[in-house]
Amino acid sequence: MTIDRVSGIALLILSLFIAWEDRKLPLGTHSVPGPGYLPLILASFLALLAIILIIRGRSSLPLRSLSWVEGRHATAIFVCCLLATFFLESLGYRITIFLILVFLFGVMERLKWWLTLSLSFGLSFGSFWLFDNLLKVILPRGGLGF
Amino acid sequence: MAETLQNLYLGFATALTPMNFFYAFMGCLIGTLVGVLPGVGPLAGISLLLPTTFGLNPTSALILLAGIYYGAMYGGSTTSILMRIPGEAASVMTCIDGYALAQKGRAGPALAISAIGSYIAGTLSVIGLMFMAPTLAKFALGFGPPEYFSLLILGLLVLGYMTGGSMIKNLAMIVLGLLLGMIGIDHFTGYFRFSYGIVALGDGIGVVPVAVGLFGIAEILATAGQPVRPEVLKPRLKDLIPSRQEFKDSIAPIGRGTVLGFLIGIIPGSAHIISTFISYAVERRVSKHPERFGKGAIEGVAGPESANNAASCGALVPMLALGVPTGPIPAVLLAALMVHGINPGPLLIKDSPIIFWGLIASMYVGNLILLLLNLPLVGLFVNFLRIPYKILYPTILMLCIVGVYAVNTSLVDVGIMAIMGLLGYILRKFDFETAPIVLGVVLAQTIEMSLRQALAMSAGSYVIFVQRPISIIFLSGALVMVILAIIPLIRKGMDWRDRLAKG
Repeated sequence: MTIDRVSGIALLILSLFIAWEDRKLPLGTHSVPGPGYLPLILASFLALLAIILIIRGRSSLPLRSLSWVEGRHATAIFVCCLLATFFLESLGYRITIFLILVFLFGVMERLKWWLTLSLSFGLSFGSFWLFDNLLKVILPRGGLGF
Repeated sequence: MAETLQNLYLGFATALTPMNFFYAFMGCLIGTLVGVLPGVGPLAGISLLLPTTFGLNPTSALILLAGIYYGAMYGGSTTSILMRIPGEAASVMTCIDGYALAQKGRAGPALAISAIGSYIAGTLSVIGLMFMAPTLAKFALGFGPPEYFSLLILGLLVLGYMTGGSMIKNLAMIVLGLLLGMIGIDHFTGYFRFSYGIVALGDGIGVVPVAVGLFGIAEILATAGQPVRPEVLKPRLKDLIPSRQEFKDSIAPIGRGTVLGFLIGIIPGSAHIISTFISYAVERRVSKHPERFGKGAIEGVAGPESANNAASCGALVPMLALGVPTGPIPAVLLAALMVHGINPGPLLIKDSPIIFWGLIASMYVGNLILLLLNLPLVGLFVNFLRIPYKILYPTILMLCIVGVYAVNTSLVDVGIMAIMGLLGYILRKFDFETAPIVLGVVLAQTIEMSLRQALAMSAGSYVIFVQRPISIIFLSGALVMVILAIIPLIRKGMDWRDRLAKG
């Protein structure tokens, strides 16, 4: 299987899903198009492009040629983003960012513990001071007031 | 002419107020840093700083954000010359001869010529912007929904063609962006589309989380685990002044790069990147000693660097005159205007002359600031390159989170950023360009409104798009793009874009 064929199949599934979801919206008429009108046209066009990609994808690179050497780091960083999404408001900006930075500096990059702690503390509390206090961008404080 | 000069006077009166001058300076400073640091592109930089401009008036906000944009174009050359790593994509061509010059101990002159070329190109192309944008805007005042729809179709097809790589893949990314832009309340009927009960999605997906995710987070995901970056060459700053011969050799490439860059910059797509490729190819072709290219030819730095700065200015012409962004960065600038309650389009220059002319004047001032900032302070900026990437990327991640959250104080936006980051990372692995997605998201509402209004005008007949002369011209252009894209699919062999990239 080649990368273009895999992408084509993924795009085709996505377009079919959009078309399926679009049935919940009124299509309207040509003279008064409804909210489902353009999404259906776009989903159909996406399906067409996906089919072309599948047909022409034979000569592209094989899927196994993709390198995922950075996969461990990428997974960890993505999980950090998700943690920020779920805990930023409940734990507060400073604590959440401090914990994320401790994890990335200390666990992923294996910096010395004193450097990890000082960098994490300085960046999380420093950025809060810069954005919240100085630039008046309101950041969440969480249940503990941090 | 007299009217232009009068407006320019108004612009300088706006740009030279202490506060606006300060914002132009800060924009240039931050932009240079953004350009210097690999991993923080101008798009992510502008998006991240967008929330900090909410308290400013629209003119100051645009001056700051535009300063970051063209500042990043200046800064991008530093890493290209000293590390052979382009700070941003448009500096790729500068790597070739810039780094070769640095290895010969001529890093100083290469940096100086790059800064001087950027200054000249930036200043001259602002003159082009100043004359071209108002004329284009006056012309566009006669556009109705059919013309706008056809223009946007043309713009998106040109974008798909000029972005590079496979047009099929680029078109798929544009459609994906348009579909993402459909999420939220339908403005005509009030229906919630694809929002699955998430109230925060009612307003749609914001351009900032999409841009920061696709460009900021995806870059971190792709590069954080990569092997250590090469060491930074130490420039001999005492030799910063180029020799007389180097000056002489650079004048014509700077001139050609400026004209090429500005004209190509107006075209949608990765114009500033393509302009550097073309400029490099032209310089090599016209040179009496093409064999010097790749081994440290100063023309190979002067031409592309001038072209990418001129192109970043050219890209502002359709954005300011028509309200149509030609790339992801103008798209975010456009979104910034909308956040401040300014409706982009042909009426912008007429209705908000202070914004337009203030921006123009600030760009003259900003280019001068950048010249003064880049030459003496290059040593300082180089120190930022010595920060290990394992310290830099968690810091960038933190800035991405705070920047995206701050736009709407919304955790949903942070989640969208994370998902877009993962999507961008996977798409890059599968050889897709992600810039068209951002443009699709920004243009989705406009394109849908134009289509539905045009169809309502014609009682549902698509013939309206080929009944109006301007619309026919745009659609003919779109047809040419489709034909150009189909030819390489039928005839085997590389098309001109591949040949250019390989060359």
